[in-house]
Amino acid sequence: MDIPYTVKEREDTGLYNAKLGIWLFLASEVMLFGALFSSYILLRVGASPGTWPHSILNVPLGTLNTIVLIVSSITVVMAWASLKMNKFGDWRKYQGITLLCALGFLGIKSYEYYDKFTHYEVITNDGKVFDGHLVMQDTEKVVLHPGNHRVITYAAEQLGYGPKPEAEHGHEVEKAPAAHEATPAHEATAAHGAEAVEEHVTIARSNIKRMQNYGPYHHAYLAIYFTLTGLHALHVIGGALVMAYFFGPGAKMWKSEPERFINRIEVSGLFWHFVDLVWIFLFPVLYLL
Amino acid sequence: MQSSSTHTSHAAQHDAHDHHELGFWQKYVFSTDHKVIGIQYALTSLLFLLFGFFLMGMMRWQLAYPGKPIPIFGGLLEKMLGSVASGGIMSSDLYNAFGAMHGTIMVFLGIVPLAFAAFGNYVVPLQIGAPDMAFPKLNMASYWVYFLGGVIMVFSFFIPGGAAQSGWTSYSPLATVTPTAGQTYWLVGMVFLITSSLLGAVNFLATIIQLRAPGMTWMRLPFFVWAQFVTGFLLLLAFPPLEAAGLMQLMDKVAGTSFFLPTGLMVSGKPLDISGGGSPLLWQHLFWFLAHPEVYVLILPGMGIIAEVLCNNVRKPIWGYKSLVYSVFAIGFVSFIVWAHHMYLTGMGTAISTFFQTTTMIISIPSIIILTVFFITLWGGSIRFTTPMLFALAFLPMFGIGGLTGLPLGFNFVDLHMHDTYYVIAHFHYVVAPGTIFALFAGLYFWYPKATGRFMSEFWGKVHFWTSFVFMNLIFFPMFIQGMAGMSRRMYDGGVNYSVANSANDGMIGALSSSIIGSNVTISVAAWCLGLSQIPFIINFFYSMVRGKKVESDNPWHSTTLEWQTPTPPPHGNFAVAPVIYRGPYEYSVPGASKDYTPQNEPDAPSRKK
Repeated sequence: MDIPYTVKEREDTGLYNAKLGIWLFLASEVMLFGALFSSYILLRVGASPGTWPHSILNVPLGTLNTIVLIVSSITVVMAWASLKMNKFGDWRKYQGITLLCALGFLGIKSYEYYDKFTHYEVITNDGKVFDGHLVMQDTEKVVLHPGNHRVITYAAEQLGYGPKPEAEHGHEVEKAPAAHEATPAHEATAAHGAEAVEEHVTIARSNIKRMQNYGPYHHAYLAIYFTLTGLHALHVIGGALVMAYFFGPGAKMWKSEPERFINRIEVSGLFWHFVDLVWIFLFPVLYLL
Repeated sequence: MQSSSTHTSHAAQHDAHDHHELGFWQKYVFSTDHKVIGIQYALTSLLFLLFGFFLMGMMRWQLAYPGKPIPIFGGLLEKMLGSVASGGIMSSDLYNAFGAMHGTIMVFLGIVPLAFAAFGNYVVPLQIGAPDMAFPKLNMASYWVYFLGGVIMVFSFFIPGGAAQSGWTSYSPLATVTPTAGQTYWLVGMVFLITSSLLGAVNFLATIIQLRAPGMTWMRLPFFVWAQFVTGFLLLLAFPPLEAAGLMQLMDKVAGTSFFLPTGLMVSGKPLDISGGGSPLLWQHLFWFLAHPEVYVLILPGMGIIAEVLCNNVRKPIWGYKSLVYSVFAIGFVSFIVWAHHMYLTGMGTAISTFFQTTTMIISIPSIIILTVFFITLWGGSIRFTTPMLFALAFLPMFGIGGLTGLPLGFNFVDLHMHDTYYVIAHFHYVVAPGTIFALFAGLYFWYPKATGRFMSEFWGKVHFWTSFVFMNLIFFPMFIQGMAGMSRRMYDGGVNYSVANSANDGMIGALSSSIIGSNVTISVAAWCLGLSQIPFIINFFYSMVRGKKVESDNPWHSTTLEWQTPTPPPHGNFAVAPVIYRGPYEYSVPGASKDYTPQNEPDAPSRKK
């Protein structure tokens, strides 16, 4: 006896085995990401008032990445539909675009990660807090380029660099010069206000008590941000590898078992849609809210 | 494919399918055959059960005779693990590690793989008339991922600092701030085990939904298949949150995040250099979101086995098949909303406690229906007291005790007193040890003839049963009393420090009496005797493979379900002729039938003969 319904659908369920398998797998994935999203909610609700960061991610880039993934979602369907219509050439084209989209997404995401890893908070021995992107550093000094937004860490809060007490909404906190307050103490850039943001700050190495970039260890928000997007990126990589295999050596199957090959494309496409869907939730949760 | 001489004639026409002979490695090691994988799971998980038991055997020495060197094994421990067991005395760190790993190994490496993966793999495809699992390669992968997870767990005993020490529940922040690497290994091991479970669950569900033979409608499925079906869903949906939690704790451990570490956390009087902002409660929620359904993962396959063994040995249909099926579904659903009854003492609030207390009471209803169905099934049957049946019969009161003693724990005000005492240990172990493990033994003795073509010795089986039965109760019953006296479950010295023996406690109300402390010795001796009573089983298990009494037919127990309608042992591809199903699973003693069982694939027309 051979295993039935590996290619053809079973009549009462209307599914072939792999399609049911991927749906079940996706159900478990929903629970996996669901648990992480729930954790996000719990961490956010539990954060001390005013310290949950907003707008520290690049919304235009996030929007671009969302568009990239949505385009790939469309091409994934088109690829499958082309095979259904027996147009192998079209399939190649669409499958290729999907793969490029995956690469593009990962590229943009890497750039965003890079941005966080070069963003530093520096606490000096005299209890001052500086925050900004790293311009240069050597054994003598560290030069930062302060920005408009910063994460309010517990350590900074302890030193009086917390959220403005009168600020009720997170948004006001950002508008308030909290971010600049980190900089004014420096002698070289004594000026307050928006102009100061453009200036670089130089801090002597010997004066630095703690210097930490915006890695996952820096703040609970960054922890959940990196975990969620990292796990999502792993899914993108996994999906892209499988689709690349079908694009390359796996495409041979089109000649030998076309129906099974179409099924494979369909199943990988279902997974890809799920990966897109996760991003559709990630984008507003992490970038906009 | 197999040399057994007991095939019926149709085995011959089948072998045409085995177009090529597989080499040793593909046939027995990297096999994709569900039966081989089932046996691999069974052997591996039985070894882990024994290993987990050994850990506890040594901990019981420390509890009975605190601070005295462990006889026989003490020297060996010192040689293998070094200073944590210097002089053969178990240190508190080693005690903690053994405790954590006993729980982890028993649950994740012993019972779940045996109950779900081993029995499920071997029996489910046969019972639904399928040639194999839906995804044979995935099946092989899930075994090997499980195996790797097990290797990582065992390996962690030998790293500096030893294995994880924070209990099988691994509560943060304790688990995170323990300075050894054991917890990291535990988490990585768990990720492997969870992945294996997920692959297995997808495979089982797809198999049951897709590969049922023609005529095998849902309400004709043997109850064991139903039990595995619901278990599959529990694993599929409850494990991912623990995987997420595991990833987050791993991040806390290796990437310095603070998912489960609160702001301003102090360790040994010093503030930790962490960002804070995390929530220890979050870990507990995510952990118990898995770990409560996990309890049903442990028990449901056992209940499935009991249903099969019971019907076969009382020679009558199960009473209330539909009630069983609906109950198992109800348990499956409700088990997702009872998890926080493990957390009454965390200060999550009385409103939440009340909700979870209510759902906990509700979930006891389907469990009681199931037990009632089993009891009523016995009524008026002509019972055959075979070894599997003895284990199945013992399961009923044992699970009954385990289940009923759980009700007080489900009330949050009673739990204030009982929480984290030996009462909890006794309750849980009554469910899983004389409950599930007895069911698993019943299954092993029951399906052994199908897998090997030989019976296990009935005499030694009965010796195994009676000794195990007595010692199980001697171990766990006194624990109820200890727990109600207030003995905490995680004390390294067996409670001596809080007993009347400690002069600092003079005149203190609630100090543990000497008889309560004394039962530590009774329990420990019973535990070691329980270990000894497994020797007949171990010898019987291997000896019977070569010397056991041969089965005289493919269906030695005169059973109705499909796994007995195959050649013995079933070849690759299972069925000689694709089976067609004509009837429900338990048509025993049908009035007017020529024999007292009617297999599911036997058509109604009396003219057809086999």
